[in-house]
Amino acid sequence: MIPAAFDYHRAATLDDAVSALAGGGEDAKVISGGQSLIPLLRLRLAFPSLLVDVGGLGDLRGVRDEGDSLVIGALTTHDEVTRDPLVAQHCGLLREAAETVADPAVRHRGTIGGSIAHADPAGDLPTVATALGATMIARGPGGERAIGAGDFFVDYLTTSLAPDEVLTGVRVPKLGAGWGYRYLKFNRTAQAWAVVGVAALVRRANGAVAEARIGLTNMGTKPVRADAAEAAAAGAAATGEALAAAGARADEGTDPPSDLHGAADYRRHLARVLTTRALVAAAGA
Amino acid sequence: MPKITVNVDGVAYTDEVEPRLLLVHYLRERAGKTGTPVGCDTTNCGACTVQLNGVSVKSCAMLAIQADGAEITTIEGLGNGGWHPLQRAFNEEHALQCGYCTPGMIMAAADLLRTNPHPTNDEIRQGLEGNLCRCTGYQNIVRAVRRASEAGAAT
Amino acid sequence: MTAEAPAPQAELGRARTRKEDARLVTGQTNWTDNIVLPGMLHMAFARSPYAHARITSVDTSAARAMPGVIAVFSGADFPDQGSLPCAWPVTPDIVIPGHPPMATEEVRYVGEAVAVVVARDRYSAADAVSAVEVEYDPLPPVLDMRAALAEGSPKVHPAGNKSFTWEFSGGDVDAAFASAPVVIDRTFRQQRLIPSAMEPRAVVAAGAGDEYTVWSATQIPHILRLMLAMVTGTPEQSIRVIAPDVGGGFGSKLQVTAEEVISLLVTKKLGRPVKWTESRSEGNLTVHHGRDQWQHLRLAADRDGRVHALDVDLLADMGAYLMLVTPGVPLLGAFMFPGIYKLEAYRFACTGVFTTKMPTDAYRGAGRPEATFGIERMMDDLAAELGMDPLAVRERNWIRHEEFPFTTIAGLTYDSGNYEAATARARELFGYDTLRAEQQRRRESSDPVQVGIGVSTFTEMCGLAPSRVLGSLSYGAGGWESASVRMLPTGKVEVVTGSSAHGQGHETAWSQIAADKLGVPFEDVRVLHGDTQISPKGMDTYGSRSLTVGGIALNAACDKVVTKAKRIAAHMLEASENDIEFSAGRLQVRGDPEKGQTIQEIALATFAAHDLPDGMEPSLDSEATYDPDNFSFPHGTHLCAAEVDTETGRVTIRSYVAVDDVGKVVNPLIVDGQVHGGLAQGIAQALYEEAVYDDDGNLLTTTLADYLVPSAVDLPEFTTDRTETPATTNPLGVKGVGEAGTIASTPAVVNAVLDALRPLGVTDVPMPCSPENVWRAIHNAGGQGNGGAQ
Repeated sequence: MIPAAFDYHRAATLDDAVSALAGGGEDAKVISGGQSLIPLLRLRLAFPSLLVDVGGLGDLRGVRDEGDSLVIGALTTHDEVTRDPLVAQHCGLLREAAETVADPAVRHRGTIGGSIAHADPAGDLPTVATALGATMIARGPGGERAIGAGDFFVDYLTTSLAPDEVLTGVRVPKLGAGWGYRYLKFNRTAQAWAVVGVAALVRRANGAVAEARIGLTNMGTKPVRADAAEAAAAGAAATGEALAAAGARADEGTDPPSDLHGAADYRRHLARVLTTRALVAAAGA
Repeated sequence: MPKITVNVDGVAYTDEVEPRLLLVHYLRERAGKTGTPVGCDTTNCGACTVQLNGVSVKSCAMLAIQADGAEITTIEGLGNGGWHPLQRAFNEEHALQCGYCTPGMIMAAADLLRTNPHPTNDEIRQGLEGNLCRCTGYQNIVRAVRRASEAGAAT
Repeated sequence: MTAEAPAPQAELGRARTRKEDARLVTGQTNWTDNIVLPGMLHMAFARSPYAHARITSVDTSAARAMPGVIAVFSGADFPDQGSLPCAWPVTPDIVIPGHPPMATEEVRYVGEAVAVVVARDRYSAADAVSAVEVEYDPLPPVLDMRAALAEGSPKVHPAGNKSFTWEFSGGDVDAAFASAPVVIDRTFRQQRLIPSAMEPRAVVAAGAGDEYTVWSATQIPHILRLMLAMVTGTPEQSIRVIAPDVGGGFGSKLQVTAEEVISLLVTKKLGRPVKWTESRSEGNLTVHHGRDQWQHLRLAADRDGRVHALDVDLLADMGAYLMLVTPGVPLLGAFMFPGIYKLEAYRFACTGVFTTKMPTDAYRGAGRPEATFGIERMMDDLAAELGMDPLAVRERNWIRHEEFPFTTIAGLTYDSGNYEAATARARELFGYDTLRAEQQRRRESSDPVQVGIGVSTFTEMCGLAPSRVLGSLSYGAGGWESASVRMLPTGKVEVVTGSSAHGQGHETAWSQIAADKLGVPFEDVRVLHGDTQISPKGMDTYGSRSLTVGGIALNAACDKVVTKAKRIAAHMLEASENDIEFSAGRLQVRGDPEKGQTIQEIALATFAAHDLPDGMEPSLDSEATYDPDNFSFPHGTHLCAAEVDTETGRVTIRSYVAVDDVGKVVNPLIVDGQVHGGLAQGIAQALYEEAVYDDDGNLLTTTLADYLVPSAVDLPEFTTDRTETPATTNPLGVKGVGEAGTIASTPAVVNAVLDALRPLGVTDVPMPCSPENVWRAIHNAGGQGNGGAQ
């Protein structure tokens, strides 16, 4: 199918992008790789009046080492994330999840910023951002602000970004020694969206789990943390049995959808099974 | 209307484009590169895969205006006037039947061999996960990519 | 001494790489959507958003006023639009509702065309579609076949929701069931599928004076031409249909579509060429769907596994209308339910039901996959019931190789087969006993990943079809095929075939047949097809008929060329015609090999025509039309090993062995390719694909993100092999291969899943065996599927 007509502005600078968005009003949208947006335009499920293309803003691309954290420029493609040595060294969970996004050609165009700003609860990277407790950095007319993942994802395809704000980067904590991780994406075919995904981070100390952080994909209208399972895992022995007890609480407090790709009860069940498996893998149990 | 300049298969084109014009439609209907077909609306089938600045992209999920300044290689330019080892291998291994997915499949395979010159069968399958074929069951496609990799297609 | 030249390799059976590929791998293709004509306009359709509604008004004025729009038409603008054809009225009292290409009064499925926009470019056409204002008065949808037949159901058509009931029986079914110690009674669902050829449909239509050319991504240019003439009243001789390169069909392009008819009508009305190309999401809605049956099966057997009778009762979803062969599809299955087994009694009944969904029609296998699934599931279930090995149960019942020809209880005469040989080979390649041992170990250790072995020993009928059989089944046409051979003055050969390839490799295989028969080089043969002006006569490509019917026609046309050449050679060599021998392209006098002429020399001499036998036309060219006496019956044994993760429900195929017997093979590369692709589609039905409508009749699977066509990652490496039992019903001994893989594999995979899960109490998993469906089956059976739950 064919997109409806829209105006197009290629931003020369970040400030230019912000002012173009401000001038474009509610129906202006940012585009970078377009891998989420263009299919929606083609299916005529989105009708922006103006697209502000930030794709040329080279400053927003690449990974910066900022001591305790990495800042990943919003325009860094999934493919670049999977190949970046800093990400590999300090945030393997993100690399592992980025490898599961769509397919190689889409990963060449799709960006981490686009994926996170699109805020699809079936998306992999919003979940990882949530599990990592990432901070989203946005630029608007009033300058820059940092938004924690818990505040950033508001609802289905909805973030707390203002219409005239541009997501410029994602700050993720460096995972020190002792942290293990696993992203498990359960989809029906290789390219399909996750029915359920689990991003698990486990810090081990003295043969036990000292801390666990678990994000769930497609278990609600936004990416969610499995709080009860995290609490149950903390302090548990790093054994399959103990972690299964924690995994069994993964769906507590979630409100998964029932749709073509899975009924809510099946999603709850999958979340429990996959969380157990992800915890076991992350803990090296 | 905005103007773009792109290089397609070694030839520079400058054209006015409506912002919403999809790159694949630009290639097919403005540059005359009908070797690249369209198979879906959602980036799933990969039939429209081309190389943009050396990496594979799905030309139906990109606006022509976003390709301004880019170098694009389509199936028609891949062999540089002859047949690329992948094109030969697809023929030799009977890796196509109707041939509709073939241009995208070959372009995706070329990208795979660029980053992984000697993939295993599983890596070939993974590398082609974004390209659907309804005819071959993929078996001979995997063989063809293997054959091309053994023939040094990546170099 | 001169070195002896190596004997030329036989063409038949040779793994020739394909001639077609030269254009397909380089992008020099001619898809319909590539065609650009001077002054060409683009069409886009406004379609019903309702599953069922009365159209109260259509206002095209706003759309007409949009930039670039040339015209907008609704059905009312085409009083002569006619009714889309159904060529298979299976019973005398069948209900065949009128089917206007564009609905005028009522819409009966989401996606039904209501108006068409014609604009200068495709973008403007797409924009104007949203400006077509159609008002609807919604009517209740009819979505469930069983509910549709119940008293008081809303009606899809005024005559009701039943189209027909077709029945067949042989032997005393009731007696067999009354005395049977074992009765297996099952109900299976054949889910609705979307064929998903990679090339979306496209049509270009253009006129010059009162002559029209229609290019279409179709499998059936000849049938389309005839039907366009009949539907629109355009004289048949004024229509030329061209199928350029066609990107797959699988039955979905065996159709006469609304869009093709409207394209012709619009070009007639406007006097300008028009093009229409569908998007994938439009295609998922409006390319005919496949399968969609409820199957109620009963099997009567002895405790030792001997099967006596089968009783089949089907409901088949026709969708909203009967299209080209919609009602005939389940009938093709009627003859295949008995499979390879010697039954004493068989009863088949099928009721065609209207629903407010896209019509169904032929999809790869068309009726035979459904039937094979039914019988092969039943044989596995019988084995489980009796505690027997599923291969042993089959062996107890199958037709032994020395019993051919064998007339089945369904009335078909299988000419040949060797089920023992194919099964033995499959068993060996599969490592059957080793896998059974592993299965036992996993069962004993309650491994969360269980393994199952699925069996499918299938046969099918190809070579559609003897015309007299089609006549007896009320089909509207014959099943012959045509071929002609033109010997050019330079000795090169043009082969014209009436079957219309769209990926099958006719240009290569037909070249091999002609090269073999005429003794000319493979490279010297050019194959022409897919254009009613170039190939004026044909029945096109579907039902695995190309080689078994069209190939035999070519074989016969070549024989005629040789006969003519012999006569001319005899004259030139001053010998008796009876003394002319033809071998490897040379005609020579028996006993005097020095005296001879090549067929190329004869061709040139015939062209010159200076010295031909009295009364002989100066031409070697020959045509043949072949009408088969019988179907052909490929068969095979497929074995599937599947791993089932009982915690998540995910099924992974670990190994798949397919041993097929397709008779003589012209080109093993092509045959293997057909098997691979067939397996992929059959496995896709078993595990991945389903067209899903919601409760309002909206299709939910409109994109490839929702309709899950498997990728390379989602399919296993196949092990394929062949046994070769030549067909005795045609001179090439060939049987057909286009659908075998699809027909065989669906039950093999589902049987494997069930074999893995029976110890958990699971007796059925509805297709597709998605992780959720598998998990739910385990969960409902009280098995291990609740792992992790509290």
